[in-house]
Amino acid sequence: MKAIVTILAVAALASVPLWLRDPYLLNALITTGIFVIGAMSLNLLLGFTGQLSLGHIAFFGIGAYVSALTSLGFDIGLLGGFRLVHTPWPPIVGFVLAILIAGLCGYFVGLLSFRVRGAYFVIVTISFAEVVRLVALNWVELTQGPLALTNIPSVALPLPGFGELTLRTKFHNYYLVLVVALIAYLLIARLVHSHFGRSMRGLMENETLAVSVGIDVTRTLTIAAVISAAIAGAAGSLYAHYIRIIDPEVFAFINTVTMVIMVISGGKGSLAGPVVGGLIFGLLPVALRPVMAPEAQWIAYGGVLIAILFVLPRGIVPSLAQRLTRRRSGTTALAPVALSETGAKEPA
Amino acid sequence: MTARSIAMTIDQVAVRFGGLVAISDMSFEVGEGEIVSLIGPNGAGKTTAFNVMTGFLTPSAGRVTYRNTALAGLKPHEIADLGLIRTFQRTSVFPNDTVYENLLIGLHRQGRVRLLDAILGLPGARASERKLRQRASELLEWVGLERRAHDAAGSLSYGEQRLVGVALALAAEPSMLLLDEPVSGMNASETHRFVELIRSIRDRGITILLVEHDMPMVMTVSDRIVVLNYGRIIAEGTPDVIRNNPVVIEAYLGHGAGRA
Repeated sequence: MKAIVTILAVAALASVPLWLRDPYLLNALITTGIFVIGAMSLNLLLGFTGQLSLGHIAFFGIGAYVSALTSLGFDIGLLGGFRLVHTPWPPIVGFVLAILIAGLCGYFVGLLSFRVRGAYFVIVTISFAEVVRLVALNWVELTQGPLALTNIPSVALPLPGFGELTLRTKFHNYYLVLVVALIAYLLIARLVHSHFGRSMRGLMENETLAVSVGIDVTRTLTIAAVISAAIAGAAGSLYAHYIRIIDPEVFAFINTVTMVIMVISGGKGSLAGPVVGGLIFGLLPVALRPVMAPEAQWIAYGGVLIAILFVLPRGIVPSLAQRLTRRRSGTTALAPVALSETGAKEPA
Repeated sequence: MTARSIAMTIDQVAVRFGGLVAISDMSFEVGEGEIVSLIGPNGAGKTTAFNVMTGFLTPSAGRVTYRNTALAGLKPHEIADLGLIRTFQRTSVFPNDTVYENLLIGLHRQGRVRLLDAILGLPGARASERKLRQRASELLEWVGLERRAHDAAGSLSYGEQRLVGVALALAAEPSMLLLDEPVSGMNASETHRFVELIRSIRDRGITILLVEHDMPMVMTVSDRIVVLNYGRIIAEGTPDVIRNNPVVIEAYLGHGAGRA
């Protein structure tokens, strides 16, 4: 049943560019898809370890800048009169480097903040994103600052025997984003259902107990942060090579908030949640634009969010899944969310 | 105590919270394969002692040694890796997961596979997963919770949750088990079954240190009893010795001694 739904959903998504000819809508779908990948990575932390990263866009933006700079090249002065010159590499290398460097940043942020966790993690991530934004804004020699990095090349896929396929059109980029999103989804699904996933859940539900059976908190959370940041970096790289211009505004706080909204509305801790929430809140502005004044659009956006959380408080996917099972079994399923209150910590 | 090798040594441990002395100068030993109970009135320092032994609390003075390894400075999960596993007085389960899933989480120490293997679904990772599921079923059967396997652990009765807690601890493959008031909240027949369970755990070679208020239960199950009062040990010996010790009767047992 679940497999059929998944296959149908993927088939439906894959068919879109075949019948949708409107470039404006296709563009909206591509950027939404990129943000859905970001939201999925955020969900790995927020939904499966309970850690809220309010600076998640930093990893996305780092991925975007790393990928852009790798494929554009740079020439910067370092301390002591040295110059660091980098000649352009193919965007595909930039994509890989974006994943690695974003993951590395995730490692350091995780290592720094998971010793304290909770509110501290939230604050560290916000500060991290802000610091990175200021660096991008002020290190003009490297990033062009507010003038933006322009003319970022499109991704080119090496095809053995055929030379290269440059993904310049929306048609191409749609499929690129779809494939990366599928890989990210599968990766997260495997991770969550593995033994490692159970450790994450154990930590989220009852940390003291999890530790007492031998689960290493810092290690588990840091690994989750690295993978989450790496996926966000991949999304950032896609963004840079699709939009082909990036400026420090990519680090804006509102972008993190958008991802958080996508995760919470769709259902944190559910694999499909960020996809559903992401599609709704990624496409909602597009749907509202022709029928409303700009100010009213944001009010409607907020209204839809409140309505969803009011009717389906645990997010769309978990709430609907729960209703479905309840109807099928004919009994009132116990709402696990109510029980988490009893998961209070044991005094040490 | 004579021929047995020593599993755990508690040597002059003291814990102070500011001016409050929770434990002062506590020293005792637990032999391999022994069932030792730590008893005493509320606030005597029993749970504090547990927290020290499992790394949740750093003692102000003294040292704890388990199988010749000093525990000072080790984190709780590192102590768990030595085979020293505890249960908790209150929240003893992962409430949102099924009992079966609880045990799979508890099997963490046996399920360590390389993360990449798990993500790629390599045969090694899948074999390990099969083994874990097998082991979880065995554990459920051992503690008698098969019927509850697919219920959310948080929806179980208090007594059953204690059993899940014990099963979780067993899943971590302890060589020594620290049980913090395991039968509180259990009725008489549940308690009776639990005593059988403790014996069967010991029969598998697992050393047990028990903190408990249920005196009849303690007297039945223990090889040796250590009595704490106001953070210090006031008596130590076999159940018969403790039952007849006037200091203990005065401090703690009161009329309960007659029943036991």
